[in-house]
Amino acid sequence: MTTSSVSRYGIRVFALGYLALLLLVPIGVVLYRTFEPGVGAVWDSITTPAAVSAFWLTIEITAIAVPLNTIFGIVAALALVRSRVRGKRFLEALIDLPFAISPVVIGLALFLLYGRQGWLGPTFTNAGIQIIFSVPGMVLATIFVCLPFVVREVVPVLREIGDEQEQAASTLGASRWQTFLRVTLPAIRWGVAYGVVLSVARAIGEFGAVSVVSGKISGETITLPLLVENRFSNFDLAGAYAASALMAVIALAVLLAMTLLQRKGDAR
Amino acid sequence: MSTQAATPAAPAPAARPRNRRPRASARAGGVGGLGMGLAMLWLSVIVLLPLAALAAKSLDGGLSAFWDSVSSRQAVSALKFTLIVSVIVAAVNAVAGLAIAWTLVRDEFPGRKVVNAVIDLPFAMPTIVVGITLLALWGPTSPVGVNLAFTQLSVALALLFVTLPFGVRAVQPVLMELDRDMEQAAASLGASPLTTFRRIILPNLIPAILSGAALSFARAVGEFGSVILISGNKPFDTQVSSVFIFKQIESDNSRGAAAVAVVLLGVSLLMLIALRFIEYWGARHDH
Repeated sequence: MTTSSVSRYGIRVFALGYLALLLLVPIGVVLYRTFEPGVGAVWDSITTPAAVSAFWLTIEITAIAVPLNTIFGIVAALALVRSRVRGKRFLEALIDLPFAISPVVIGLALFLLYGRQGWLGPTFTNAGIQIIFSVPGMVLATIFVCLPFVVREVVPVLREIGDEQEQAASTLGASRWQTFLRVTLPAIRWGVAYGVVLSVARAIGEFGAVSVVSGKISGETITLPLLVENRFSNFDLAGAYAASALMAVIALAVLLAMTLLQRKGDAR
Repeated sequence: MSTQAATPAAPAPAARPRNRRPRASARAGGVGGLGMGLAMLWLSVIVLLPLAALAAKSLDGGLSAFWDSVSSRQAVSALKFTLIVSVIVAAVNAVAGLAIAWTLVRDEFPGRKVVNAVIDLPFAMPTIVVGITLLALWGPTSPVGVNLAFTQLSVALALLFVTLPFGVRAVQPVLMELDRDMEQAAASLGASPLTTFRRIILPNLIPAILSGAALSFARAVGEFGSVILISGNKPFDTQVSSVFIFKQIESDNSRGAAAVAVVLLGVSLLMLIALRFIEYWGARHDH
């Protein structure tokens, strides 16, 4: 037994040590550095006009992108699991694509489509809508990077619950919409919620794709992650730490929501 | 696991009301052709159209211009470094992910649930904050006096941070589902713990470990936010492809940026195909 307990402790020490060194120690250090000048200074730093405007822009983009993706996610998941129409394989193969593509490549692709010389850029410009270096482009970038989250969480749940109850509802005369609202949606709600939480986390924190299309106009197209980079590049280390801490608080809330939702989903 | 892999059984036609034609697309709870059409349209407008514009732009100056952009010394060096560091990161994640998943599933210690929640932290943290965080410990103002900023090692650290959950979360569920009867049988027949691990447990985990490594690799190849501050973007040294593309965009060379982006896109597509293959292979070995 001694060799097995040695190996057990060995693996435990390695695993926890790795986690501590890679994740927890750096986070501890950055928190200490952030609050070294005092809580008041941190508060002042995250309530400057630039920071407040970055905060609200981040919320605005998230509030547009995540609901759109949630609707798409539910529809696409139903199409993938519950129907047998043509194009299913194609959709299934493409759905994960946004996860595999570099955020910079995503930003560049949007830039080239909606930019001044892009296929659609002049059309929108003539209609008086600016997409690149403006909020619509940042919303498009956010939708792109968050696309697969809800689909991926809902598909396995749909497979697991099967379709007996839906069939029963429809046999008893429920319309398709009624069946969805009364049977399918309640069954997949924790999966949807988990996907939404993941989308929100990614939408708030997205940097690469948004940074390419934002143009970084201060007070207009600077989100919180861009503000962090901006302050860091301007040697305002304390300001960058403070904005990071604000986002870290949001990340912790997200993590808490993830853990709680996982428990709900498991308990079902 | 098997319930997830099984496709839902086709409904018996007799159970349907008579006025409904038993068309496959109109199954109960389904969204039919309209839903599929809408999903495809959304995916095309959001994802495919921009990618098509990217591909078209990369070939703007013809194939030779494309090749010149892709094969420039700086682009090749950045791509080489990106691929090498991503392979290393994937390999480290395969080992560390297995060890952490093992500790979470098979080990008992106080605070296990907290550790389990902490694994997801890199998914919840914005990438730019990851960069700032790592710089606070390993940067010029390091409290332990180790300044790794602007080195290749710092790039690897940032990539290991953001890809940590992939390795763990791929292996963990498989390890939980693993039947322990076989292990007990092996042990009762006199196999040492190491032999049991090597001959019984590891073969069952290989598909999961591989898919965790592939996911880590795919994420590492494209990673940008966590790397941009800590790498220092030194050409021929710490410059990765995503940052190279970004610098090309900033210096108004969008055609050159598009060419390298298409190469990166090709790597992403290959990884997706590889993941599908691992999934298929793993499912076949499940039974």
